[in-house]
Amino acid sequence: MRKDYNLEKRKFVIGGFIVVLVMIYIARLFVLQVGDSKYKENADSNAFLEKTIYPSRGLIYDRRGKLVVYNQPAYDVMMIPKDVQPFDTLDFCQTLQITKEELLRRIETMKKGRNYSAYTQQILLPHISAQDYGRLQEKLYRFPGFYIVQRILRQYDVECGANVLGNIREVNQSDIDHDDYYRPGDYIGDLGVEKSYEKWLRGRKGKEILIRDALGKIKGRYNDGANDVTPIAGNDLKLSIDMELQALGERVMRGKMGAIVAIEPKTGEILALVTSPNYDPSLLMGKDRGNNYAALIADPHMPLFDRSIQAAYPPGSTFKPTQGLIFLEEGIIDLTTAFPCSRGFVSGGMRVGCHGHGSPIPLKPAIQTSCNAYFCWGLKRMLENRKKYKSISEAFEVWKRHMVSMGYGYKLGIDLPHESRGFIPNSAFYDKIKGAGKWSAYSIISDAIGQGEILATPLQIANLAATIANRGYYITPHVVREIVGVGVLKKSIERHDPTIHKQYYDSMVEGMRMAVTGGTCRGANLAGLEVCGKTGTAQNPHGRDHSVFMGFAPMSDPKIAICVYAENSGFGATVAVPVGAIMIEKYLRGQLSSGGEARASHMSATSSYSTKAYGGSKPAAKPAAKGAAHQTTSQPQHSHGTTATK
Amino acid sequence: MELQQQNNEGGSNLLRSVDWVTIILYLLLIVAGAVSIYAATYNFDKSSMFDFSGFSGKQFLWAGLSFFIGLSLLLIDRRIYEAYAYPIYAVMILLLIATIFLAPDIKGSRSWLVFGPVSLQPAEFAKCATALALAKLFGTYGFALNNWKNYAIAVGIIVLPILCIILEKETGSALVYTSLIFVLYREGMSGFVLFAALCAITYFVIVLKFASVMIMGIPLGIFIVFIIIMVLTVAMLAFYCRSFELTRNVLVGYLGAGIVAGVLAYFGIVINGYAFFFTVIGVSMLYLLYGMLHDDMRKVLLTIVFAVASIIFMFTVNIAFNNVLQPHQKTRILVTLGIEDDPRGVGYNVNQSKIAIGSGGFWGKGFLNGTQTKLKYVPEQHTDFIFCTIGEEQGFVGSTIVILAFLALILRIIRIAERQHTTFARVYAYCVASYLIFHLSINIGMVLGLCPVIGIPLPFFSYGGSSLWGFTFLLFILLRIDADRKSYGSW
Repeated sequence: MRKDYNLEKRKFVIGGFIVVLVMIYIARLFVLQVGDSKYKENADSNAFLEKTIYPSRGLIYDRRGKLVVYNQPAYDVMMIPKDVQPFDTLDFCQTLQITKEELLRRIETMKKGRNYSAYTQQILLPHISAQDYGRLQEKLYRFPGFYIVQRILRQYDVECGANVLGNIREVNQSDIDHDDYYRPGDYIGDLGVEKSYEKWLRGRKGKEILIRDALGKIKGRYNDGANDVTPIAGNDLKLSIDMELQALGERVMRGKMGAIVAIEPKTGEILALVTSPNYDPSLLMGKDRGNNYAALIADPHMPLFDRSIQAAYPPGSTFKPTQGLIFLEEGIIDLTTAFPCSRGFVSGGMRVGCHGHGSPIPLKPAIQTSCNAYFCWGLKRMLENRKKYKSISEAFEVWKRHMVSMGYGYKLGIDLPHESRGFIPNSAFYDKIKGAGKWSAYSIISDAIGQGEILATPLQIANLAATIANRGYYITPHVVREIVGVGVLKKSIERHDPTIHKQYYDSMVEGMRMAVTGGTCRGANLAGLEVCGKTGTAQNPHGRDHSVFMGFAPMSDPKIAICVYAENSGFGATVAVPVGAIMIEKYLRGQLSSGGEARASHMSATSSYSTKAYGGSKPAAKPAAKGAAHQTTSQPQHSHGTTATK
Repeated sequence: MELQQQNNEGGSNLLRSVDWVTIILYLLLIVAGAVSIYAATYNFDKSSMFDFSGFSGKQFLWAGLSFFIGLSLLLIDRRIYEAYAYPIYAVMILLLIATIFLAPDIKGSRSWLVFGPVSLQPAEFAKCATALALAKLFGTYGFALNNWKNYAIAVGIIVLPILCIILEKETGSALVYTSLIFVLYREGMSGFVLFAALCAITYFVIVLKFASVMIMGIPLGIFIVFIIIMVLTVAMLAFYCRSFELTRNVLVGYLGAGIVAGVLAYFGIVINGYAFFFTVIGVSMLYLLYGMLHDDMRKVLLTIVFAVASIIFMFTVNIAFNNVLQPHQKTRILVTLGIEDDPRGVGYNVNQSKIAIGSGGFWGKGFLNGTQTKLKYVPEQHTDFIFCTIGEEQGFVGSTIVILAFLALILRIIRIAERQHTTFARVYAYCVASYLIFHLSINIGMVLGLCPVIGIPLPFFSYGGSSLWGFTFLLFILLRIDADRKSYGSW
């Protein structure tokens, strides 16, 4: 045989060709399989359908253990646009009882949504009824790409306390950006404890991993469910709020703008946190949430604005006990020090008006009669005491530090969102607005009687009442008594001791008791309940004076401390005192006496804005409402030339 | 030594002289193939690997039968194959032609003959017949690829089944026969043909891939190919014609022209690309025609022919591409070249196949744990795309082992080929190797997204009796011939 050795070498060319090719292929395999993880993700997103299982949101109970907020299932129709195949739209629409136009409109809306993606679940129809759900579930196999997700809606067993309870809403992009727990379509707490206790209430979502074939058919559970995550139900909340008291508070505040804060002094637990006007929490639930929310936002009386913790008002005469305490602590006065009152404070060419009572008088009667002149003299003496303080600035800083220690000027730290800090000026503030060295005791004298630049929230005023009731300390006010399964949050039961010695508080208690038995708040003198109180009539640049009451009872073993703040309702005694008395009676006696009931009915019929202050017609209501909005901001109000507060 | 073995020819000798390496590789691949089919078609309801109503059960059945076929083939006297090579070829060609008319239309192709429950694809068996005929031709005393007539006969033997199979609308299977160009090359065809084929593919890919970017007023693809042609011309002058003078002059001319064009472009004067290249190459060709007078006339002429043919080919690529190929074939090529992206349409198979393989990672997801293939994201996963299942479940390690096993088999067959004492045996062995090279490179290349999607099976792995039996015939006839290699003188 002829063997051509020259040609035999060509086996190397042929063999070399396939060797090189195989090496290229192996390199390619390496790049695909080891070098790039995107294929793994692609394969997983192909094959695995992650179905989220929503946990049951924590329930909310009130002080008496009554179930207030619970869950109700609702069903959302979802679609993954890329998985949708041509389907019988007529059948689909009939099943859900919508028109084809409605369906097309919904799809159009969905596509315009900010989080729209053809590859993820999009909400097509939220909150369909259980009947529609049942019908659609039967036929769902005919509509590939459509899913039903069970959601949880909140159900409220009360019509009050919306500001405390809050509500839930669908998450927005910013929620998703801030916390990667959330996915589009999830719900999150909004306002109230729903917001501040979101982390406990929401529980933890679970997931079920399903296997999906190329046609979108579900072929079973991945790994027999071993990789599924069981949802963990949210923790229940036990509120310190007494819903009966809350409801009564909202009833008696009807027609008035303002707030009631009732605190159990020993524990800092808030018994009632009323803001008025308010709304039924059920309004912000379910399908109509959007419309109702818009209406509440548009309401000129701002029902969404929680006046009890967000509004910063001039505290008026309820501020006087703090002044007495500071003067005693600083040695400016003692219990026998008396100041003259000639129907007001007249000095340095200015006058702060007062009303008829004996003169001169010492501290306790000054509290009893709410004498303006006494506290003006006191503040003047303190600020002008050059033996003790080098300058007015230094004196005022001392004053301010005492105020802050009593819970003013900063947030108290209530476990609700959007608390306001009120306003306590310092010397730098006056240097700025009046000019350094250009202000004296006279120019800021109205601070002594809770006017001037001073602003406080009703919560801060109630907290002062609790501090006095406790004879010198307070616990951070809070609305949640216990997170079931977690306990009490340390932050909400912290004890604070103001920089005032405890012995000075007794004189305040006595002064306030005298005010009830024979002073400005005789209207709160409930037999056997030993109410102590202090009225306030706060001037403001927005119309009639605000009516304020601060008190606690019983005197010897206080169970409730309260602040009532009614905007533009005149003297403290006209609205705030009777409302305070009704609340104290209800809480301490468990129910109202027939006289109390009559007073409650009368109060709830008294209106200070819808008919009187604000008029009935729309054009009139608008500017007035604007004014109301203004004064509730935390910016200082400048209302000088102050006259009487009672 | 050789004489002694001749005398011992018999059954026991067959066992000793048969190439066990090939048999073991064959068995490994065939079992791995059937197991892969089981994995690819695994369903949650069906769990038995040997259920004969399922794909894997059937494949095991085909595999079992192919053992018998293989054993029978080993027992047949190898002289039969050489003696009857032409009749077998003739019968197969007739069968292929008959198939065009008899076969039902299955997915647009008329290549399957249906006998009750069994369907056979004659094209798979025609490979074996063509290999035998080609081997017989080359084995004929005095035959050599040294004149046009012999070339024509050899090419005719290859082209005849191609034409028949194209008429059956089974283009993929038809293209397999082009791999026999390796056999012609091994048996004396000029290496220049192989080189030209390589150039043609390169030009084709480059012209299409860079068709959209313009430079000097012409598409970038054409620009690049012009440069390649110039480089190759210089290289041929240097290494093929071995003419220092011609190489130097042409090289200096090309570089000078390039520098002039570059400087002009730097000053903002852009010459039209066509004008530039036609002038420069045209002048160089005229110079080479003159140069033929001094140097090896034949070799310089070939260089000129190469350059001119390259340019003509380059310009016909676009026309041919747009007018000759079917739309779906065009799209497949464009998708493979990365020019078109169409993951939901034509690119779907390849995209899902890449996802399947890519998701396997280094060690794979484990047997029966592949999601891409189980959930039918990869179409044709038990036939043409069977390699996806291996890639996904066995990972980089498993896929590499499979590819290396194929490489070992091919190299083993080349080794067998080279140890044959007859031209018939050697040519036949190279035919087998060529078929395997083509199937392996195109099938795996397609699955990896490196080649256009051409529907041909992966030998021993893809589901189907015809393919399996076709390769069994090819391989066991080779083994039988190889086992007898030392006794060639006995008849």
